[in-house]
Amino acid sequence: MRDLALPLNERLLLGALGLAGFIGLWTLLSAAGFVPRQFLPTPLDVLSRILSLLQSPFAGATLQQHLASSFQRYAYGVLLAAAIGVPLGLMMGWFRLLDDIVTPLFDALRFIAPIAWVPFAALWFGTGVGGPILIIFAGAFPPCLINAYRGARFVEPRLIEAARMLGTGNLRMILEILLPAATPSIVAGLRVSAGLGWQSLVGAELIVAAAGVGFMMVQAQANVATPTVMAGMAAIGVVGMLIDIALRQGEAWLRRRRGLDA
Amino acid sequence: MGSIRFDKVDKVFGPVSGGVKALDDINLEIGEKEFVAIVGPSGCGKTTCLRMVAGFEPPSSGTVSVNGKAVTAPGPDRAVVFQQFALFPWKTVRENIDLGLRNKNLPSGERGGLVAGALKLMNLESHADAFPHQLSGGMQQRVAIARAYVLDPDVLLMDEPFGALDAQTRVVMQEELVRLARVNPRTVLFITHAVEEAVYLADRVAIMTRRPGRIKEVLDVRSVRQAENWDRFEKIEDVMDLESFVHLRTHIWKSLREEKGAHGV
Repeated sequence: MRDLALPLNERLLLGALGLAGFIGLWTLLSAAGFVPRQFLPTPLDVLSRILSLLQSPFAGATLQQHLASSFQRYAYGVLLAAAIGVPLGLMMGWFRLLDDIVTPLFDALRFIAPIAWVPFAALWFGTGVGGPILIIFAGAFPPCLINAYRGARFVEPRLIEAARMLGTGNLRMILEILLPAATPSIVAGLRVSAGLGWQSLVGAELIVAAAGVGFMMVQAQANVATPTVMAGMAAIGVVGMLIDIALRQGEAWLRRRRGLDA
Repeated sequence: MGSIRFDKVDKVFGPVSGGVKALDDINLEIGEKEFVAIVGPSGCGKTTCLRMVAGFEPPSSGTVSVNGKAVTAPGPDRAVVFQQFALFPWKTVRENIDLGLRNKNLPSGERGGLVAGALKLMNLESHADAFPHQLSGGMQQRVAIARAYVLDPDVLLMDEPFGALDAQTRVVMQEELVRLARVNPRTVLFITHAVEEAVYLADRVAIMTRRPGRIKEVLDVRSVRQAENWDRFEKIEDVMDLESFVHLRTHIWKSLREEKGAHGV
């Protein structure tokens, strides 16, 4: 960046200013009456809708119940993506044959956006649990695989030579050399995956029948309940931010533990 | 066990025609328990010689063999000590030393004894559970040497092992290596561009030309060392003052200076 970093308190102040400016502009727009209030509620309308959603159910569940249902679905999708993507990426980084087989296929598949999997997932799973998980998986999988692969490929060549000189076999090479060397890259990938998985949530919940924030928003849209739609958006934004903060803390902890940061 | 042989070895980097010729007709035999140092100007291919014995690079033509068998891949019979240590940062000192023994599938009781022996040999006992980044460069290189020695290799390949250390640490490590060579003699191929180091440590010193590297001459240091009884001195500076030492060093120095473009020898 062009400028030097400002002190933390000034940065917090600037961030708050940005947020206040956004809310101010929004209030002005909806108060000016260019748009019917039904389509552009004020920030206060949305806030009070959030508070009421926490107590009285909409589309069969309260906001926190919808969130819990979404989160469970999301966790399955992301964990599955990590459980397959990280080992596969590491193996592709070690076995050239596997790399040559998988990379072209993967390079084609990863450009199919999570939302583009929706019709296919609906055909396959109907309204069952598998569909939404597949869609979240489609969002979360590529960074898991790419970062594990790159991490494994860019291990310092000297370390690989040292390990080979010590007679290290393939399995131990992957588990004890590539995996720890690639950990910073893998963790960064998991953070991106977690974000992309969460962003795929509404797409995934287009095809659920029971609960979830996305489901709630789709139901609200059908009822032209704009404040409820926006309450859902706000909830997704806030929870996504919390997930990212938690993972960032985890990443910093890991770096400290490995002695990378003083 | 532990002889090394270079037989008509050429090495070309890049395409076969139009590539860069790094080594030209290298012939050298290193006997069992012999310590041979290769000196040469930067970029002359001396490290490539070592990497071929290690099995990291194949020769373009000719053969490199250890114990009469052509080298095809890296292995624990040929332990390498790297200039940049190449310790695993996420493993403790003990785990770094233990890895090669685990790969040999030795029972853990036996490994424990061997690791303890290697730690003691290199005066690392109090650092067994430290991570590499917590140690100085000299200590890290001790770990790398312990990791190599514990494998009980036929040959020890040392690629400018003290090149990354400061001058004082370097001297201590050189003396240490002489002590080790007395306690536990090995076939050693030692790459360096430091002339004194080569003369102080080696039985024979091979001098290389600038690229494409050839072996220009091989000097017998051992006969001089024995005749002049260098081993009576504990300290490197006492040996370096001897006329016989100075004579050899100057000879090598001049030989290297003749190599045009030989920077920083």
